Amino acid sequence: MTVDISVKIGNLELKNPVMTASGTFGYGEEYAEFLDLSRLGAVVVKGLSLMPKEGNPPPRIVETASGMLNAIGLQNIGIERFISEKLPFLRTYDTQIIVNFFGDSLEEYIAAAERLSTVDGIHGLEMNISCPNKQAGWCIFGTDPGVTSQVVGAVRKATRLPLIVKLSPNVTDIALMAKAAANAGADALSVINTLTGMAIDIGTRKPKLANRTGGLSGPAIKPVALRMVYEVYKAVDVPIIGMGGIMNAEDALEFIIAGASAIAVGTANFIHPTVSIDIIDGITAFLAQEHIADINSLRGTAHAG
Amino acid sequence: MIEVNKGTDPLLKRAFSLFRKTGDGLQILYRVRGKGTGILRNMKEGTSLDMLGPLGNFYPLPSEDQTPLIIAGGIGIASVFSLIERLAGKAIVFYGARTQDDLLMLKEVREYAHDVIVSTDDGSAGKKGTAAETLRSFLPSYASSPAQFCIYACGPYPLLKALSQTTKEYRIRAYVSMEEHMACGIGACLGCVVKTHDGYKRVCKEGPVMTATEIVW
Repeated sequence: MTVDISVKIGNLELKNPVMTASGTFGYGEEYAEFLDLSRLGAVVVKGLSLMPKEGNPPPRIVETASGMLNAIGLQNIGIERFISEKLPFLRTYDTQIIVNFFGDSLEEYIAAAERLSTVDGIHGLEMNISCPNKQAGWCIFGTDPGVTSQVVGAVRKATRLPLIVKLSPNVTDIALMAKAAANAGADALSVINTLTGMAIDIGTRKPKLANRTGGLSGPAIKPVALRMVYEVYKAVDVPIIGMGGIMNAEDALEFIIAGASAIAVGTANFIHPTVSIDIIDGITAFLAQEHIADINSLRGTAHAG
Repeated sequence: MIEVNKGTDPLLKRAFSLFRKTGDGLQILYRVRGKGTGILRNMKEGTSLDMLGPLGNFYPLPSEDQTPLIIAGGIGIASVFSLIERLAGKAIVFYGARTQDDLLMLKEVREYAHDVIVSTDDGSAGKKGTAAETLRSFLPSYASSPAQFCIYACGPYPLLKALSQTTKEYRIRAYVSMEEHMACGIGACLGCVVKTHDGYKRVCKEGPVMTATEIVW
């Protein structure tokens, strides 16, 4: 049986629902020797800022039970170097290229979105709103619905590219944040970013990460991510890209059944560079086995009845 | 990078040095320290493992007229062993460990090295002290011609740091193999960086071997 696994994220057409999660796939080229990037639904590159960012001092990562904490500190080469050095290579592949970006002020978000929108070969933008807002001093853009609405609304005006907003799970009510982003003009939502966590060395009695706290990812967070996708699906009409601890096709299918239109593979890329391909093949095999002709009819089925 | 289990705890592959090439494969030398190496130790003979590699760079070989000095601290011997082997009788090895029992593969090291200067933290074998200290007491007699040496080192961070001070003083070129927590091993996660005078560099990609002078110790 032939099955259709193509999906749409706003105006963006994906040949299959498997994307790479920002920050776990470098700029794509790191993985090109292991897999054919053209097989992916989309490549989401490491978060970029207007100016290059050096990142945090090491140790930057620590392994935890069924997961890992990272505090890379958004190290990146900056938008200009990405455009001149990395994008030409990525464009040689037949996949959707989505650029994740962030700023530490409203102005930086707008300027970054404007610049990225002038370049051929970028098919969509993903906004990271889980970074500290320097102007407000204490708050994270993505943990206050008012601030989320303001920054997403401003970026919406600055770009005509499909705009995906990546939500932080470090909030009391993810549905509230999802509504704020969707109402402000987001075309789709990535659910979820990492959960803030910590690990301590009992010998030195200090946090293991130089940054003290870091973002928890991996299978440990999957149940939380899945619950949040389920809640966001109930709250908004925009497509959801589900992510958080996806290791195999079964995990990916759980997210689709919870309401995700597409999924992103993150930490699993570190362990098996070709895992995304296995997941695409696994989804196809499952649909055939279940006699489901179109993946879109599986989406959100956990909500039925 | 070696996968030690099919489950999710531990989650990541483990980074190991390639210890030695054999006729039909390669060997890894490891010390049991945590969860991953604990699993490896209890593994049955004949078990197959997923492996990604070889990754990263290797020690650049010395020029014809240079004498290679190799500094190994503890299990750091695993990283430099194949170099000692390749330099077939040319290298002077400063091999230090905590105790006599921690001097793994000493017989084999002696076989391939020109000379081995052993030291232990507790004095149970060789001189009492670290390999960086024995190197430090070796160098003064050659202080007039430091360029005849090329240094290679792998061991704990404090050892490499102490060594880098010595080699800076004597102006000897030194290559050190760095270590950091690693997730992907292919340059994507940016987890394993060390600070250099040219910004953060990835141990898995630009390393693990770097020059002692480029590191911000």
